[in-house]
Order: sequence, then C-alpha cells, then structure tokens
Amino acid sequence: MKPLILAAALAAAALAAPAAAARDLTVVSWGGAYQDAQRAVYFQPFMQARGIRLLEETWDGGVGVLRAKIQSGANNWDVVQVESEELLVGCEEGLFERIDWARIGGRAAYREDAAHECGVGAIYYSFILAYDRARITGEGPRSWADFWDVQRFPGKRGLRRGPKTNLEIALMADGVPAAQVYPMLRTEAGVERAFRKLDALRPHLVWWTAGSQPPQLLASGEVALTSAYNGRISAANRNDGRNFAIVWTNNLYTIDSWVIMKGSPNLAQAYAFLAFVGQPQAQAQLPPRIPYGVPAIGADALIPAAVKAELPTTEANIATALHIDDAFWLENIDRLTQRFNAWAAR
Amino acid sequence: MAEGSAAAGLAHRVRRTGGRRRLAAALLVMPLFVFLLVGFVGPIAALLARGVQDTEVPRVLPRVTAALAEWDGRGLPDDAAFAALVEDLRAARAAGTLAQAATRLNYDINGFRTLMFATARRLPVPGEDARAALIAADPAWGERATWAAIRRAAGPVTDFYLLAALDLKRDTDGAIVAAPAEQAIFLDVLARTFGISALVTLLCLAAGYPVAALLASLEPRRAAVLFAFVLLPFWTSLLVRTAAWVVLLQREGVVNAALLGLGLVEAPLQMIFTRFAVVLAMAHILLPFMILPLYAVMRAIPPGLGRAAASLGAPPWLAFLRVTWPLSLPGVAAGSLMVFIQALGYYITPALLGGASDQMISWFIAFYASRTVNWGMAAALSALLLVATAALYAVYARLAGETQARMA
Repeated sequence: MKPLILAAALAAAALAAPAAAARDLTVVSWGGAYQDAQRAVYFQPFMQARGIRLLEETWDGGVGVLRAKIQSGANNWDVVQVESEELLVGCEEGLFERIDWARIGGRAAYREDAAHECGVGAIYYSFILAYDRARITGEGPRSWADFWDVQRFPGKRGLRRGPKTNLEIALMADGVPAAQVYPMLRTEAGVERAFRKLDALRPHLVWWTAGSQPPQLLASGEVALTSAYNGRISAANRNDGRNFAIVWTNNLYTIDSWVIMKGSPNLAQAYAFLAFVGQPQAQAQLPPRIPYGVPAIGADALIPAAVKAELPTTEANIATALHIDDAFWLENIDRLTQRFNAWAAR
Repeated sequence: MAEGSAAAGLAHRVRRTGGRRRLAAALLVMPLFVFLLVGFVGPIAALLARGVQDTEVPRVLPRVTAALAEWDGRGLPDDAAFAALVEDLRAARAAGTLAQAATRLNYDINGFRTLMFATARRLPVPGEDARAALIAADPAWGERATWAAIRRAAGPVTDFYLLAALDLKRDTDGAIVAAPAEQAIFLDVLARTFGISALVTLLCLAAGYPVAALLASLEPRRAAVLFAFVLLPFWTSLLVRTAAWVVLLQREGVVNAALLGLGLVEAPLQMIFTRFAVVLAMAHILLPFMILPLYAVMRAIPPGLGRAAASLGAPPWLAFLRVTWPLSLPGVAAGSLMVFIQALGYYITPALLGGASDQMISWFIAFYASRTVNWGMAAALSALLLVATAALYAVYARLAGETQARMA
C-alpha cells in the first residue's frame, strides 16, 4: 500500500513540477467586448506570428487580488491589464516587474504619459460631457461651464457619485485651466471652491455609479447633460441607434496599463507579447473595433478619420484634456469622499 | 435496604441513559453548532477584530515604533527616533512594504502618504545627522503632530476606527475631540439608516395589517389565491423588484406617463433618486415579512371572540380595539422587528433608487471594504451597526418580556 501511495505521489509531483515551470504565458484583461477585440487584434495574431502559446484570463480589478497572488507565492498570471490606480499602488508595493524599455522599443515609442516605471499604456479613455441631439436640437453645450448653465440647457445633470472627477469638473467649469486643477485641489481653498461651485448645481444633480447608466439616463430623458465614459456613448450611438453628442473640451482622461507580475517565469514571452502589442500597426487595429485611444506613437496616423474623431487621443480631443492624477486621489480619496458625502447629505 | 438499593440502581440507570441521551443530543446538534461557529460567529468576530487591530505600522516600521514608546509626547522625539525612522524607511522601501504603513498613517493625517514616499526617496546617507536631514527633506518631520500620529498607530490595538465611526478622533495630545464639521458624517448616516428603517416598518405595518386580517378571515381556498399575490413577489429576486421600481418611477416612466396622461401634473415629477423612492421600494420588498407573521398570529385568534364582543354590545371599532388588536400584538411585534432589522442592512435598493443623500450605512461599509480597501473602517462601521441593532433588540426583548409577564 504505502510504496504504491509513495510512487503515485512521486509520479504526481514529477508531472506537476515541469507543468508548473512550463506554464503558458497568461494574459489577463477585462473580458467582454473589449477582450473580444483584443483577442482578434492582439492575442490571435501574436500566437500566429511568434509561435508562443498564450492563455487568456479575465478579472474585475482590485489591487488586493494581485497582492494575494504575489504574497501567496502561487501567482499564475504573467501580463495583466490594470487601471492607473492599481499600477501606482502595485508598483509601490513591488508587485510588478520594472519595465525594461529597451526590450519593447524604447520609452520614446509611446506617448509620454503612457510610460510608467512598472507599466506600459494599453488604452486611453475619457470622462466627457454628453447630451442627446434628439432632445437638444439647437446649439449644444460646448464646455463644462455650459454644464452649469441651467437657463440655456434646462434639465437635470448627471455626474458620477463621489468626489473623483467632479471636483475637477467643477473647477474647470469655474474657469480654472486644466493644468491648474490639481495644484489648486491640493489647497484647502481649492477644495472649498470646487464644492461651492457644485453647490450652485445641487438641485439639478442626479448621481450615477455604473458606466452603463449615463447612456440610459440620457435616453430616458432623466438628465439633459451628463458626464460619461466616451466609449459607452459611442457604443450607444453605434449599437442602439442613438444620436448622442460628445463634448471633448476639458475631458478627463486616464490610462489602463499592461504590467508584468513580479517574478513571472515567462518574462521573455511577456516582453515578446508587450513588444508585439506595442507596434503601431497592431494598435491601430483596436480603435475601429472599440473606441479607445492607443499609446504607440504613429498608431493614430493609421486609424481611419471617422474612428479617430471618437478617440480620446486624437489631437483635437486631447488638446484641452486633463490627465486624472492618481497620486492625488490615492492620497485624498478617503478624506474627500467623506467630505463629499457630508456635502451631499446636507 | 434492598428496595432502596434497587431505587438507587434505577436512578443510576436513568441517569446513565439520560446522560447517553444528552450525549446523543449533543452530538446531533454538534454539526449545527460547528456550522454556526465556522460560518457565522468566526467570520463576524474576525471582521470586528479588524476594527481594532493596528498592525501595519509596527510591522513595517518596528524600530521607530519601539523608539517612540519612550517618548513623553512633549516636544519632538529624541535623535534615536529620527535615526530609527531613517532605518525603517530604508528597509521598508527595499522590501516594498512602505505603502502599507503609509496608507494607514494617511487615514489619520491626510498627506502622510506623500510625506512617507517623498522622504523615503531622499533618505540621508549613513553618518549624516538624521534629524536635520529629515526636517530638511520635509518640515512636517519637525512637527509634533506627525510623530504623534505614528505613535497613535503603534498598535497592536487602536480605537482609531471606532472613534472615526462615531465622528470622533484623537488630537495630538491624545484627547478625544469631535471631527471637523465637513468630515463628520457617520452619526448622520446612522440616524438616517434608523429613520428610513423605522419609516419603512410603519408603512409595512399600515399596509400589511389589513391584508393579514383579510387573509386570516377568508376560507382557505380563497385565501390561497390571495396568498399567491403576497408570495410571488416574495419569491422574486430583490434586484429584479428594485429594477422594476426604476422603470416605474423614472422621469419618463410608467407612473409619470400616467400622471401626465390624466392631466394630474403638468411636468414629470422627480421620483427616482429621492428618499421617497427608497422608502416606497423598500416597503414593497419587505411587506411579506410583515404579512406572514401577522397572518400566523391572527389565524390563531378564535373568531368567536369578536362575535362574543359584539353580542356584549361592543361596536366593531371597540371590539377591534379591545379584542383583536391586543391579541394580534405579538404578530405586530414580530413582523415589525423582522422588517426593521432587515431594513437596517439594505444596500442595493438605496444604491439604485436613492440620491447621494439617501445612502444607508451599508453603502459606506461597502465603499470602505471594496473601493478603498480600508478594512478597519469597514469593520468599525459594521460594529456600530451591529451594536446599535443588538441594543435595539435588547430593548425590544425587555419590553416584550414585560408585556408577556403582565398578560400572564
């Protein structure tokens, strides 16, 4: 009996050990329509071109998941697409490999704000002002200042519940240039000014929480103007036959990044993958399928003009944009959320 | 004697079988007991413990924690503490653990996160004067409040989160003071949670009592049909019913369309994202929990009692007031308690139907647990809710006990 068990255990160990070492390159993204697009333009062509097997997984975010994988020593992910806040926290905590830029075409091959010491940009997306052309038929709003103009554009306003993005929007509506927004929010007077500006709009505000809500709120006439993710508005126009308009002035953009998990046994394959998806030709394939901006220098030139107009990275759209400052929010989110909630309850 | 010993033997046997039975009974309940322990008591205790644990700073910054234990809290700590901090920051930065301590300290003093990381990037070289170098790196190190915050977080236990859940905090000298007005929110939220729950309970009682009375008075076959109307929504998912209310109450929804069509209002009413919508939907969702216990109690009231009261000359309202209502009180109490306690923990309905000022305490617990991963705060708010609920239940049990004693 005993030798048998022992033999079985040895055999299992012998089978398991090389399997663990020779795990296929595992790439983790956000699933849904987005990952479908990535599969078509990145994953499949990469496997064919480089002959490297790639396993896909999906996740819902949260730095806790990554922390648990690294700390337990049982990490089975190699390349993960993370949001900017996770990039920052995970990098500070040493969950990710430092990017060796020479292996993926050099830092200069990417837009400057897409190159972080622990991650390389995957997509850009924006918070924009949206309205329904079917309801506002004349001249529409052009800026966040117009968002406050309830005389010209009567009706409710939709904003995302919580302080993040709203304090920035309030300051920009109050005439603060994008470059001055975060320096001002770092002062007590700046926060005070943002809340005072929000006060003026208080009776007209409706709060949304999920990205799917703003198109619904617009479609049902619940709100006249709303902040929204640009991709959702474009998708509603494309798939549901809506005629929503996007105001790009002072949009707030952020970046999702690819990271390599610390200690990945597939480091070489991971860099091969990042180098492949970093090519402008590959990245130019993504926006026609889903309207997100891409960070490789030179990709924009390869994108059809009609698609380009919908992207956060297009020159006209990014000119007045504000890059959401994750370091600021990491530090202030608890305090300002509490203050926001106290303000909202008054 | 023989009789006596036989009796003793019998008593012994009875005790033995009794003992065996008790053992068997204990073994039978054991799975349930273990299940409760593992699935209920354990996790709750573990969660509550997180509300008072404070281990990040002593784990990540052990030397400075030890050095500050001897600090009298007046003036600045001695040079040893400054040197210890430099050592700790260097080690923590290398180990990648600095963020854990920085996050914890940032809860107490906003800006601490930046302070820690900026300082860790500009550490003095060995041999340099640690005190001067740190204060040069950031003047905050020359302030007593900065060091007091580190000492307050020295663990292993803390009242920081519990105080914060009560809108209180400790100042630099360790005295408990009120949080600044723009940060004070949780007492309001707790009052709001109890207020909404009480309103929902009253509505359920007002709507559920007549329904239960009708159900109890009907013959079983007709009652069964009516019961379907109570039970079908009861079996429908909470999320579906909440979403249905969104459809009904929105600006161009069914209710507004009807009101406009009938000419009762001129412009659509704002119903969704208001307290009204939250209370209405919660009352609808919780109504069966009021009706069912009320029905069970009313069914047991002999119908003859009402007739007896009538034959003694009591008009219907008096018969109700003196006979039916007192006898149905246990059902009222049980139903109200069930509705009220469930309402206290509601999350998804206020989240979808309420505005920013209609969120109950669960929303904040979810915010801290899943959004900012501040488990201490989530645990402290949970403890606040648990204690408030338990206190309320204790008051109820006390009152109910007295009522029963009086009636007996």
